[in-house]
Amino acid sequence: MTDETPPEPFDEAEYRRRQRSRANLMGWILGALAFLFFFITMARMMGPK
Amino acid sequence: MAQSLTHAETALPADWRDLFALTKPRVMSLVVFTALCGLLAAPGHVHPVLAFSSILAIALGAGASGALNQWYEAGLDAKMKRTAGRPLPAGRLDPQTALHFGVGLAAFSVFLMLFAANWQAAALLTVSILFYVIVYTMWLKPRTPQNIVIGGAAGAFPPLIGWVAATGSMAPLPVLLFLLIFLWTPPHFWALALFVRSDYAAAGIPMMPVVAGEPSTRRQILFYALIMAAAAIAPWPLGYTGALYGWCAAALSAVFVALSVQVGLRRTGEGDRMQPEKRLFAFSVAYLFLLFGAVVADHWLIA
Repeated sequence: MTDETPPEPFDEAEYRRRQRSRANLMGWILGALAFLFFFITMARMMGPK
Repeated sequence: MAQSLTHAETALPADWRDLFALTKPRVMSLVVFTALCGLLAAPGHVHPVLAFSSILAIALGAGASGALNQWYEAGLDAKMKRTAGRPLPAGRLDPQTALHFGVGLAAFSVFLMLFAANWQAAALLTVSILFYVIVYTMWLKPRTPQNIVIGGAAGAFPPLIGWVAATGSMAPLPVLLFLLIFLWTPPHFWALALFVRSDYAAAGIPMMPVVAGEPSTRRQILFYALIMAAAAIAPWPLGYTGALYGWCAAALSAVFVALSVQVGLRRTGEGDRMQPEKRLFAFSVAYLFLLFGAVVADHWLIA
């Protein structure tokens, strides 16, 4: 079965730009969370809050 | 608006700025500040990393609530000038992305709170998110003009959560701070509703000025401002704060009540620019920032 209506063209450069900016941001966020969870664990191990 | 989205637009991944806008950053700033004040005013010492993580969890929870609110109200937002430019009604984001983002952020914020603080704070954060999304957004807002009176509880949770994150238990002062924000919400939102009344009417949202009319709304603004002022000053005579907070609360509340009297006793005609209402709305935001700042300053001075 084939789709009769071809998909509308979209801006390839804009697609790549958004994908790259989201991937970069996600990388930074995951890195920051790794540090945060490490420091939370350290803080909790150091004694009562 | 969302229906006019082309295949090409929906195929593009969402821009991170639109996801950020979904979290209502301006509302989040007040939530973060009141939560931080609740945490800093609590007795005892909290490790800075755990304090930061708790506040981050509250901020993410507030952002998740904002995202789910915008996901549910995309159709209504499209009908109002003030909100038509938001990512969903403007067609820059598809609803499914917004829903996944909101649910994911909510789950993560609760997990972070559980990991960094305690289960009591995580439970309160869960209740506040569910209250805002289900009780306020889905149930009360489209049904009753009392929507923001009862729904105001959702915005009143942050100082309580901040306190519980620091101590693991409840106390009278954070409950009074909860009550203060709860009573502050009606005059704050009704001042806004008075000058964007036509927007709410167009969207079919039963805000007080739309349903009960302007004179009744003005009287209720004044009524709530008076009991809010009493609640704001109460921690001082009850002995939960010192004189610094007491005098700040008295002075700031006097200005709030004076502005509310101006709004409450006014009658408007065609083409009125609603300046007193806009002044009250702007001052109400500053009022909460200054009052919560005074709670922390007072606590540190006494300490």
